[in-house]
Amino acid sequence: MTPVHTIIAKELRSYFVSPVVYVIGAIFLAMVGLLSYQAVANASNQALRLMQLQNTYAQLNLNEMIFRPLFQSMNLILIIILPLLTMRLFAEERKLRTFELLLTSPIGVNEIVSGKFLSVAIVYGGLLSLTGLIPLTLSAYATFDWQPVFLGYLALLLQGMLMLSIGLFASALTENQIIAAFLSFGLILGLWLLGALSSAFGDSTLGQILSYLSFTEHYERLIRGLLNVKDLVYYISGMAFMWFAAHQAIDAYRWK
Amino acid sequence: MIDVQHVTKRYGQVTALDDISFSIPKGEIVAFLGPNGAGKTTTMRILTGFMPPTSGKVRIAGFDCLEEPWEVKKHIGYLPETPPLYLELTVREYLTFVGRIKRLEPEQLQERMRIIVKQTGLSDVQGRVIGHLSRGYRQRVGLAQALLHNPPVLILDEPTTGLDPNQIIEIRDLIKNLAGSHTIILSTHLLAEATAICQKVIIIHQGHIMAIDTPKQLGAKLRQSEILQLTVKQSDPDLLETLGKIPGVIHVSQGPSPNTYVLETHLGEDIREELTKLIVTRGAGLLELTSQSISLEDVFKVFTKTDKPAG
Repeated sequence: MTPVHTIIAKELRSYFVSPVVYVIGAIFLAMVGLLSYQAVANASNQALRLMQLQNTYAQLNLNEMIFRPLFQSMNLILIIILPLLTMRLFAEERKLRTFELLLTSPIGVNEIVSGKFLSVAIVYGGLLSLTGLIPLTLSAYATFDWQPVFLGYLALLLQGMLMLSIGLFASALTENQIIAAFLSFGLILGLWLLGALSSAFGDSTLGQILSYLSFTEHYERLIRGLLNVKDLVYYISGMAFMWFAAHQAIDAYRWK
Repeated sequence: MIDVQHVTKRYGQVTALDDISFSIPKGEIVAFLGPNGAGKTTTMRILTGFMPPTSGKVRIAGFDCLEEPWEVKKHIGYLPETPPLYLELTVREYLTFVGRIKRLEPEQLQERMRIIVKQTGLSDVQGRVIGHLSRGYRQRVGLAQALLHNPPVLILDEPTTGLDPNQIIEIRDLIKNLAGSHTIILSTHLLAEATAICQKVIIIHQGHIMAIDTPKQLGAKLRQSEILQLTVKQSDPDLLETLGKIPGVIHVSQGPSPNTYVLETHLGEDIREELTKLIVTRGAGLLELTSQSISLEDVFKVFTKTDKPAG
């Protein structure tokens, strides 16, 4: 067992003995369930209306009618839910002084940060995979194109992991979990608003930079079913940057 | 085993440690003594590699703390002031985790765990969640954590604070048993503790080392006079003056109650016999006569009262 495995195993154990994950998971799944019900109900209403108008069996694009709006609203839920998953990662260690144990053991800060990040990514991945029941159930009653759905899930995974890495960094800055959560809310919302801000600058260089920095554009492209290297690079470099920032925050905590 | 040279630590404007040097040979138990905020915890954190010093060199078991931090960390067991416990894990899970991050091989870990659980008296609670344990047991789990990888150097930050008297004795016995095979530094502001288990005392105050010596010699250095406390049944107004006239007495003062007197005499002069005779002839009724030796507490006061306390 490498040190990273050890940290992951310990973190997962801590997640699943605390009620936090169950509460967050239940809320997440309930919200996604409600939203998907609403999306399906909407789609079937429209189908009925079309049938009455045209008197024929209507062909609806379910990817556009159901999955895109669903993925869009899931993004909002992630913004609220994920900071609550990451807030404890370092803040709790600092509060309980267990950080002293980790930092005085023959184990590197990079291993600690990676282990923590991967563990929360696993928890999130698990929650996300449970929502896979929605397309699976739907596929029994309707036909749709699976490829954009897969890309949508890839988008959700990357988007979520980027938010988790931001939360990881925020948690490394403080020993107060509430502050860590609000800090990551703030950072994620700020990143989101950059997208809105970019449209004010139109097609200027600044506008383009802002719109690249915000996740909106990248996420939208992926859930529309477009796979672009540029977007993958955005997410992966974003996570790497936040990983590095968390590492720096911990070093600063020791040196201060 | 532990060699600290000219270590200084600053937190921004505040100097927590100012040019500290000392060295501790293998197998010794040494106490850091000082009021809160003296720099004990800072020194320990630097020794364990938790934080680097602003300047100066620290070598542990022959390894430099900055150049070979991994080797140093393998050779140190550290119990911080607050035991670093994951309250949601059981004792066994916790120790397994610690063993793994201390890089013990699986078989080694099982073997060490068996020994340590017995040594620290945790056999009965090893399946219980740490959050449900009493303070005394938590402290023992903390100690087990520090001992698990059998490090030659142990650094214990106030290992007995918050424990009841029985638990304190148990922990002290445990530490004493480790002497010889382990080099141990512990910090305390309990003065009896330093005399009870340590061979050497380092007094720290406001980031400076005030003294390094054995508890006995520190006492001897400060002992310039003997102090007697006398309690009589009936005091009369002249008694104070009469006592002052006994040869050898430097100073007499009224004690805490009207019938007690505190006499200071020259070192090595025993006036107890004359004193009792005097009291008996005056019919004052001798109730108590005690000789007060200088405790480490007095040493501590003398060394640290020169400046206003930090923090």
